[in-house]
Amino acid sequence: MKLQIHKQIFFCRINCSRLLIPLRYIRKDGFVSIVIVFFFNSLFAQIDTTKHFEIKEITITIAPQLEIIPSQKLSGKQLYNLSSHSVTNAIRYFSGVQIKDYGGIGGLKTVDIRSMGAHHTAVFYDGIQIGNAQTGQVDLGKFSLDNMEEVSLYNGQKSEMFQSARDFASASSIYLKTRRPTFEKGKNYNIRAKFSTGSFGLANPAIVWEQKITKSVSTTLNTEYTYATGKYKFKYRRVLPNGNVAYDTTAVRQNGDIQSYRIEGGLFGNAKKIFWDTKLYFYNSERGIPCAIVNNVWKNSQRIWDRNFFIQGAVIAHVYSRYELLTRIKYANDFLRFKNMDTTMMILDNRFIQQELNTALTQKVRLLKGWELSLATDFQWNYLKTNRIQMDIKNYEQYPHRFSTLVALATAVEFWKIKALANILGTLINEKIGNKQKFTPAVFISYKPVKNEEFHIRFFYKQIFRMPTFNDLYYTEIVNNKLQPEEATQFNLGLQYSKIFNKGVWESIMFKTDGYYNIIKDKVIAVYKGNSLVTRMMMNIGLVKIHGIDVIVLLNWKFKDAIRMQAQLNYTFQKARDYTDPADNDAYFGTYKGQISYIPLHSGSFTLQFVYKTYQLNYSFIYVGERYSNSANIRENYLQPWYTHDLSLGKEFCFKKRKFSVLAEVNNLLNQQFEVVDNFPMPGTNFRVVLLVKI
Amino acid sequence: MYKIKFNNKYLYYFLFLLIGFVSCRTDIIIFPYEEEPVTSPEFTSILGFYLLNEGNMGNNKSTLDYFNCETGTYHRNIYADVNPSVPKELGDVGNDIIIYGSKMYAILSCSNKIEVMEAKTAKRIGQVDIPNCRNITFYDSFVYITSYAGPVQHNPTLQQAGYVAKIDTASLQVLERCVVGQQPDGLAIANNKIYIANSGGYLSPNYENTVSIIDITSFTEIKRLVVAINIHRVCADKHGNIWVTSRGDYLNSPAKLYCIDSKSDKITDSIQIAAANFHLDGDKLYLVGSGWNSSAMQDKSNFGIVDVVTKQIISTQFITDGTEAKIGNPYGISVNPITKDIYVTDAHYFVSPGTLYCFNKEGKKKWEVRTGDIPGHFAFYGKY
Repeated sequence: MKLQIHKQIFFCRINCSRLLIPLRYIRKDGFVSIVIVFFFNSLFAQIDTTKHFEIKEITITIAPQLEIIPSQKLSGKQLYNLSSHSVTNAIRYFSGVQIKDYGGIGGLKTVDIRSMGAHHTAVFYDGIQIGNAQTGQVDLGKFSLDNMEEVSLYNGQKSEMFQSARDFASASSIYLKTRRPTFEKGKNYNIRAKFSTGSFGLANPAIVWEQKITKSVSTTLNTEYTYATGKYKFKYRRVLPNGNVAYDTTAVRQNGDIQSYRIEGGLFGNAKKIFWDTKLYFYNSERGIPCAIVNNVWKNSQRIWDRNFFIQGAVIAHVYSRYELLTRIKYANDFLRFKNMDTTMMILDNRFIQQELNTALTQKVRLLKGWELSLATDFQWNYLKTNRIQMDIKNYEQYPHRFSTLVALATAVEFWKIKALANILGTLINEKIGNKQKFTPAVFISYKPVKNEEFHIRFFYKQIFRMPTFNDLYYTEIVNNKLQPEEATQFNLGLQYSKIFNKGVWESIMFKTDGYYNIIKDKVIAVYKGNSLVTRMMMNIGLVKIHGIDVIVLLNWKFKDAIRMQAQLNYTFQKARDYTDPADNDAYFGTYKGQISYIPLHSGSFTLQFVYKTYQLNYSFIYVGERYSNSANIRENYLQPWYTHDLSLGKEFCFKKRKFSVLAEVNNLLNQQFEVVDNFPMPGTNFRVVLLVKI
Repeated sequence: MYKIKFNNKYLYYFLFLLIGFVSCRTDIIIFPYEEEPVTSPEFTSILGFYLLNEGNMGNNKSTLDYFNCETGTYHRNIYADVNPSVPKELGDVGNDIIIYGSKMYAILSCSNKIEVMEAKTAKRIGQVDIPNCRNITFYDSFVYITSYAGPVQHNPTLQQAGYVAKIDTASLQVLERCVVGQQPDGLAIANNKIYIANSGGYLSPNYENTVSIIDITSFTEIKRLVVAINIHRVCADKHGNIWVTSRGDYLNSPAKLYCIDSKSDKITDSIQIAAANFHLDGDKLYLVGSGWNSSAMQDKSNFGIVDVVTKQIISTQFITDGTEAKIGNPYGISVNPITKDIYVTDAHYFVSPGTLYCFNKEGKKKWEVRTGDIPGHFAFYGKY
């Protein structure tokens, strides 16, 4: 029975690559409620919340290609079991990814994909990008996994036609998708209550309430509260060359506390040929910023307050069978306050209010069978208001404004054994400091040589850029009004093979590998002028070339007595070299051609999941190889590899007709004392327990 | 079941192959000490000099190097080697260093301390906790240290004045503090007065522009003299003049050098020259730095000498063999009081190891050597 469901879902997944067919198909099948979600990048994971597919087993993540080049994703149960709390914990399992983690629960976490730098990673929340014109990077530590349905990562871009122009506009993208309500027959509400606790003084209750209003309209309300002291023990131990202990000191990480709450509401609907949704998001937090641990300094007291609010909506209309329309709108208002009252450092109380308005309209026509054309236009307004003083205030506006217009023209063809997508993105930036105009192309090709085998060879080429941030442009001591966008060029060649077996213990196998070459040109780098480390200025001087290989192997087994097992192995090789300064070319300590900071040559992960009836056991191993904290690859800048073993055990049970599940996890089993970023110690062994009840 | 075993074998092979790639953690050895012969021995009453590398903020990479004149050998990272049991080594951002008597004092700004060592061996004697300490000078049996971390003024702007601390060199206790202007940096003593440059660096672009003058006997501020914005280094020549550098605002006000007469406490001269650091040797003030011109978007390195008697620039280029083209970011300067060899450091981009160059008194390069990150401050060991 289950297998059959699988097949059905499979079928609709496959067909989803052409939009209208699956709608008809699924409607007949009574899956209507799940259909709308597709348009918000969300088909796959939704399915498993329907009553037909209340997964007790592991989600099979071999997705047939909806996009020309599929993403890496974690969804449903797997996401729930593998990763504790933060979104960054989930992203660790993707290949080609390096996370900068400053430790603890409250600390900053950013994601660097394929060594291009965190600024090149765009983050989308339920289909619309989370902007930050001020810093250009999104702190993923803020996003909770509660009610998260799927986390997916795209290299290049989502190679799809029917998306807004923003989706074409970054070098890599992470899509976070929250759960959409689906209801069992005869039931018009769902309530899920969750409570987590564990190390770091964590208390984390969350509740989701989903309500069906009419046959075609439903709503969801989700709130979450997080409290953690963020305290953990860490140890610095150094030895003499002869092996004797030089020093061995243990301290408690301070000022890593967090207190936050989040309220999220959604309204979802579908009319005859129109699907729509709206979303309201509010997040408020106060956090300590854990500092660098240096000699004689073991604690600090910097605080940060975040208040994020956004409202967004989307409408998809199937106007004609050949013509579809997608429109999105978002308004975001983000407040950030940074305060330092520690008298040993500069006293600060800076407040920033960022506003963003984002509208998108995408139209798609099917010209012929296998030939589609789309035109996406986005308009975006960014505004920053702050009490921080601009250095060069005379020449510019007091508060920075930016107007961005993005137009993407894309075409997709499907013929013979080839699927291809090509697009050109035009970006027009209007800003007081100078207008910018750019045209950037991208090409995605997938070739399937054998008809009945899921074997694909794919290639992509993409050119894109990232704008200098408001901080880069306006809040440096020396303003560089000639600062240009930082350009990224990517070449990727890969292959993927997957097979599903209907009998025997082998359920499915999947192998995928990609080789890539990226160039980051005009990289924006802080330089210090006038002989002072205080006088920062941003310049387009960086040049980085990255050669990399990603390998993913995914195996699924199904034994007797409903025992299932899944193993996944990710491996990443990255040679990311700094070509910035050809004069700094000393063979030993020169930065020229040195591996750039914090990028390991080798990294990877291995996960193993067992499912037996209502029990689930997960093991994961993460490895990050040796790195250097600077492009000068010398012993002084050397950082040891780190690797952690995590283990979790889950059990589902019914009690008084309610469904419960409990999950207990132990992270960093061997209590390894490691640092991701130099002088920011990470926690040793830590625990977490999650109790979930569904009503 | 047979089938699983067969197939799993490949998985094991694969894992095995992978394990071959990866390397494991070992015990971390303390900051490595290195020795490098750079030149032929030279025997004078100066036995060598220490070079303090600042290291970038938050990196905990301030290191101490030593050049031994009598062997011609350069020793990198000696502190951790001599004092291996100090947790997290020397510290963060080494901003100044002096040798006074038998003791050496290193100022670690972001480690909030003055590390006190034996001048001969760099062996730790102890530390004096002074938060955000900046520069040091000595007089009598005391050392005087500037610090940014004075009392916070709870007016709407949250400004924080700095202070000067007086430390007894025998007991290593802070005896007195005297509040001065905003972000005091360099200081020097002449005519029984301490002259302190209030940079106002935290207030940029509305920099402070005064020199605080403290009477050394009463240890109270007696005057605040308006000089120029963003002032930085201070030294006193033997004619009773105080020399102060101003970094300007990198826009409209250029970097300049000012001369204050310590008798009248008035500005007597100003010379347009940018200096990251300077060193007074006899009547010659050696300056290195790079001036930044925002309208031209250009750096201009300079290696100048100012005669403190005539108050004129006597050389704008003391390097005579073309080596200056290699020095991207001239940062530290010192002159051997006996041989008159000139030492210049290049801090490159401030994030990677720097270079120390040695020039003879004619300005010809004698040798060069790799240093730690941001080499900036010298202290000679020996008699001179």
